[in-house]
Amino acid sequence: MKLQEVALTLKARVICGQTRLERDVEAVFASDLMSDVLTIDSEKLLLLTGLVNIQTIRTSEMSDIKNIVLVRNKKASPEMIALAEENRIVLMECSYSMYKACGLLFEKGINPVY
Amino acid sequence: MRFEYNIEAGNFTKAGDASSSFKKILKQLNVDSQIIKRIVVSLYEGEVNIVAHANGGKVICEVDTSRVNIQLIDVGPGIPDIEKAMQAGFSTASAKVREMGFGAGMGLQNIKNNADQLFISSEVGVGTKLEIIVNLPQN
Repeated sequence: MKLQEVALTLKARVICGQTRLERDVEAVFASDLMSDVLTIDSEKLLLLTGLVNIQTIRTSEMSDIKNIVLVRNKKASPEMIALAEENRIVLMECSYSMYKACGLLFEKGINPVY
Repeated sequence: MRFEYNIEAGNFTKAGDASSSFKKILKQLNVDSQIIKRIVVSLYEGEVNIVAHANGGKVICEVDTSRVNIQLIDVGPGIPDIEKAMQAGFSTASAKVREMGFGAGMGLQNIKNNADQLFISSEVGVGTKLEIIVNLPQN
């Protein structure tokens, strides 16, 4: 699924990376625990998280995760947006709960990591 | 090649700066992306540990043609029982550390899983030293 469709499905607002929405997403991982995120080794991954601080972006940088959706109506800080931009990460905000966001993407056929 | 970074205690805004800098160097050296990921995930977990638990420290990264050797040396409370600290789920992290998305007792295991070799030594009341070795493929 293209990131454009992810944004439409989740009614998400694209905070940075507007020009990169043609990227494909093949799997989703949902977690607020960054140590869990650091164990994931998947290509073309989308991270769903409600954790909103600079370490969300740092963790994604280290894990080569290029796509993040912040759920539960969380808002990215200017520092997060700047670091995401520097790492060419697409960052979106969505008002849905983690459960609902996962359910909608699962229904659309995106695979879990495991 | 040798690169050294100072790590500030308690400053989560800067946690990951050293890992990020070293990742850029490894990319410039054309190290395989999967190996870079293993190196920086283990380095980042170690860096976060220093920020979270120690009174500061430093990271020394050495690269040669056969391997990457990373030493994380901190001044701090030390680890009284290393075997226990290595157990998945064991954690002494503060609420602040948990708010940052860490402190679930997975860090040392993550490091071990990504390293080819991991050596830990610690003295209570003095500090802790981690040595992480990741081998580079020989072509």
